[in-house]
Amino acid sequence: MPERGSSPPEVALFVPCYVDQLAPEVGLASATVLERLGCKVSFDPRQTCCGQPFVTSGAHTEAVRLARAHADVFAGAQAIVCPSASCVATVRRRYADLLSTESAASLAARTFELGEFIALSLGTRDVGAVFPHRVALLESCHGLRELGLGRPSEDLGAAADGVGITERLLRSVRGLELRPVSRRDECCGFGGAFSVGFPELSARIGRDKLRALAESGADYVTGTDASCLLHLEALRAREGFGPRAIHLAEILASRGGA
Amino acid sequence: MSAGLDARALELLPAGPRLRAHDAAVFALREKRDVAGRAEPDFERLRDHAREAKAHALDHLDANLERFEARATAAGAVVHWAEDAPALNRIVHELLDARAARRVVKSKSMLTEECGLNPYLESRGIEVVDTDLGERIVQLGHEPPSHIIVPAIHRTREDIGALFARELIVPAGETDPARLTEAARRHLRGHFLGADAAITGANFAVAESGTIVVVTNEGNADLGMSLPKLHIACLGIEKVVPGLGDLAVFLRLLARSATGQPISVYTSLVTGPRPGAELHIVLVDNGRTRLLADDAHRRALGCIRCGACLNTCPVYRRAGGYAYGWVIPGPIGAVLAPALGGTDERRALPLASSLCGSCSAVCPVRIDLHEQLIAWRATDVPRGSRERLVARLAAALLERPALYGAAGRVARWLWPALARRWPGNPASPWLASRALPVHPGASFRTRWRARTRAEGRSRARTRGGEVR
Repeated sequence: MPERGSSPPEVALFVPCYVDQLAPEVGLASATVLERLGCKVSFDPRQTCCGQPFVTSGAHTEAVRLARAHADVFAGAQAIVCPSASCVATVRRRYADLLSTESAASLAARTFELGEFIALSLGTRDVGAVFPHRVALLESCHGLRELGLGRPSEDLGAAADGVGITERLLRSVRGLELRPVSRRDECCGFGGAFSVGFPELSARIGRDKLRALAESGADYVTGTDASCLLHLEALRAREGFGPRAIHLAEILASRGGA
Repeated sequence: MSAGLDARALELLPAGPRLRAHDAAVFALREKRDVAGRAEPDFERLRDHAREAKAHALDHLDANLERFEARATAAGAVVHWAEDAPALNRIVHELLDARAARRVVKSKSMLTEECGLNPYLESRGIEVVDTDLGERIVQLGHEPPSHIIVPAIHRTREDIGALFARELIVPAGETDPARLTEAARRHLRGHFLGADAAITGANFAVAESGTIVVVTNEGNADLGMSLPKLHIACLGIEKVVPGLGDLAVFLRLLARSATGQPISVYTSLVTGPRPGAELHIVLVDNGRTRLLADDAHRRALGCIRCGACLNTCPVYRRAGGYAYGWVIPGPIGAVLAPALGGTDERRALPLASSLCGSCSAVCPVRIDLHEQLIAWRATDVPRGSRERLVARLAAALLERPALYGAAGRVARWLWPALARRWPGNPASPWLASRALPVHPGASFRTRWRARTRAEGRSRARTRGGEVR
C-alpha cells in the first residue's frame, strides 16, 4: 500500500466495452478495490473499445482507428488499469502494429491488468478481502501467456514452478480455498469472434472446461477476463452444472458478504 | 466461410465417446512432451537455440541448398529440383518409370501428402504401399492422415481390428494392439521384399555433409532404404540446415516435442547411395520461396513437423484433423494454409483459433504461431462484403461514445427478445449451446455517473464538517 502522506496514485480506469455493457459490476468492484488501496480513481466516459475484436477479426483499418481513439482518451493518464487481461494484452502486444512506436510503447508501459497493478505497481499482496468459498482459478490465456500473470504449463524451465500473480492475490484472500483444476490452463473456448464463428467448437471446449471446473469441487470460478467468465456462465446456464463465475475484482472487493 | 470447420467437425467428429477418445489420445501426447521436456534440463535453452539456428538456416537458405546439392552429389546422390507439386510428381514418376519400377514402399512424408504423390503414381499403374503403421491404416481405409505424426490417431483399436479383419489376415473381433501390429508387420514384410523402389521423406538435410536424416519409430524407412536398389527421398527446401551441430539441437527437440521420447527409435543419416544402389533426392519448393520472401510469415518455414502445436491445440483436439480440409491440420496447418493451401476455404483457416497461444508456447522452434494467425487474418483471410460492412459499422458506433451508449440501452431493452430463440436472432450462434447471461442491469458508465453524483452530494453535505 502506498505510504501515508505521499500523494495517492492516480488511476484511470480502462473499462472495456463488454465489461461496461455486460459486466458493469466488475468495473465497479475494480474501482472499490483500488480506492480502498488509496488510489484516486477516475473514469473517462469517452472510452469505448480498445479495438481487440477488430484486431482478431482482421479488420486492420478499423482497429487502427479505435486504437488511436483509445490512445487519445488515455493520453494524460499516469496509470491505466483494466479488469480484463485480453484487452491489456491487446494494448501491450498488438498496438505496436496499429500505432506509432512511441505511442504504442507509452500506452504499453502505462497499462496494467487490475491484479498486476495491485501486486506489482502498488506492491500489495493482501488487499484485505474476505471470501469464504471454494474457488477455482481460470487462467485466461492472454493474461497467462501474453501478460505473464501465471505460469503457463507449457513452460518447462525452472522459473515455471513459482506461483503466478493472480494466484498469489487469491491465496491472500481470507477464507478462500483454492481448488486445483485438471488441465488447469487449457483454453475455455471463448476466443471472442471465435465463439461466434465456430460456435460448436467453442462450446465443446467450454463444456470440457466447465466439467473440469465442476470436478474441482469449486463453488466459484474466477479469472482476469470477464469475457471468458461470461462464456462459462452462459454454458453453465444451459448445462445446469458447474461453479458460478465471479471476476477477480469482485473477490478482491469482497468483505465476506457474497 | 469460417464456419466450414465448425460444421465439418460436427459432421466428421460428432460429440460422443469418439470425440472424447480423440481429445484424450492427443492430449496424452502433449503431457508426454511436458514430462520429457522437464527431464531435459536444457529444454528451454534448446528451444532458444533452435529458433536462432532455424532463422539463420532460412536466412542463408540459398547458400545452404547449393552446398547441400554439391555435397550430396559428391557423395553419389542425384539431386533434383521441383518447383511445385506437379513437378515433384513428374520427377518421381519418371525415375520409377525409367527403371520399370511398379511396386513402391513408402515411409512417412507429409510433403508427398501435400503434393498428392500417391494418387498420382497409383493412377499411372504404380502400387504404393505406405509402410508406417499409422499411414498403412489410413491407406487401407482410403483416408488421408488426420495428424502429421500420428496419422491414424482418430481411429480406435476396434476400428483397426475391423479394418485388418477385412483387409489383412486377422480374426474378426481382434483388438489386441500387439497382435494387430504383428499382422501388419507380416503383411508389410512381403511388400518390402517385393519392392522395386523406396520413397521416403526426410526430417532434415545437412548442407555440410550432403546428408539426409530420416527419423522413424518403426524402422520402416530403413528397411525401405536397405532393400530395393532405388531410393527416392522427397523433402521441402526448408529442411536444409547448415551443419551437424544444428542437427543435434533439432534431434534433441523433435521426439521430445512430438511423442515425449528422448530420441526416436531410428534416426538414420544417409550420405550417398549404398554400393550398387541409387539415391535420388528431390528438393521441393511448392510455395516455400514465396513464404520465405514474406517477412511476416517466413518463420513458419522453421517448422520441424513435430506436431506439438496440434497436440496442445484445444480446437484441433475437438475438431479432428479432417475438419481442416487440408493436409496439415492444427495451428501450423492454419499458418501454412494461406501460403501453401491455395483455396479460399484454406486461406480462412487462420480464423479457426481461439488465439489461446498454447501453440506458440510449445513450439520447439518458438514459432510465434498465434501471432502468425492474427497477422494472416489482417492480410489474407478472405472477408466478405458483409463482414467488412459489419466491421465498419461497429467501428463507427464505437468511435462515438454517445451513440455507443444509446446502442447499449437499446440492446438492454431488447434483451428479453435476444434471450429467446427465433429465426434471425443475432444472438443465435451463442444460443445454440448457451443461454444469454442474465440481464446485466445498467451499464458501468451509467452507474459510475450515479456513483460520482452521490459522492458529490455526500461531499457537499459534509463540507465544513469533518471529512471521513
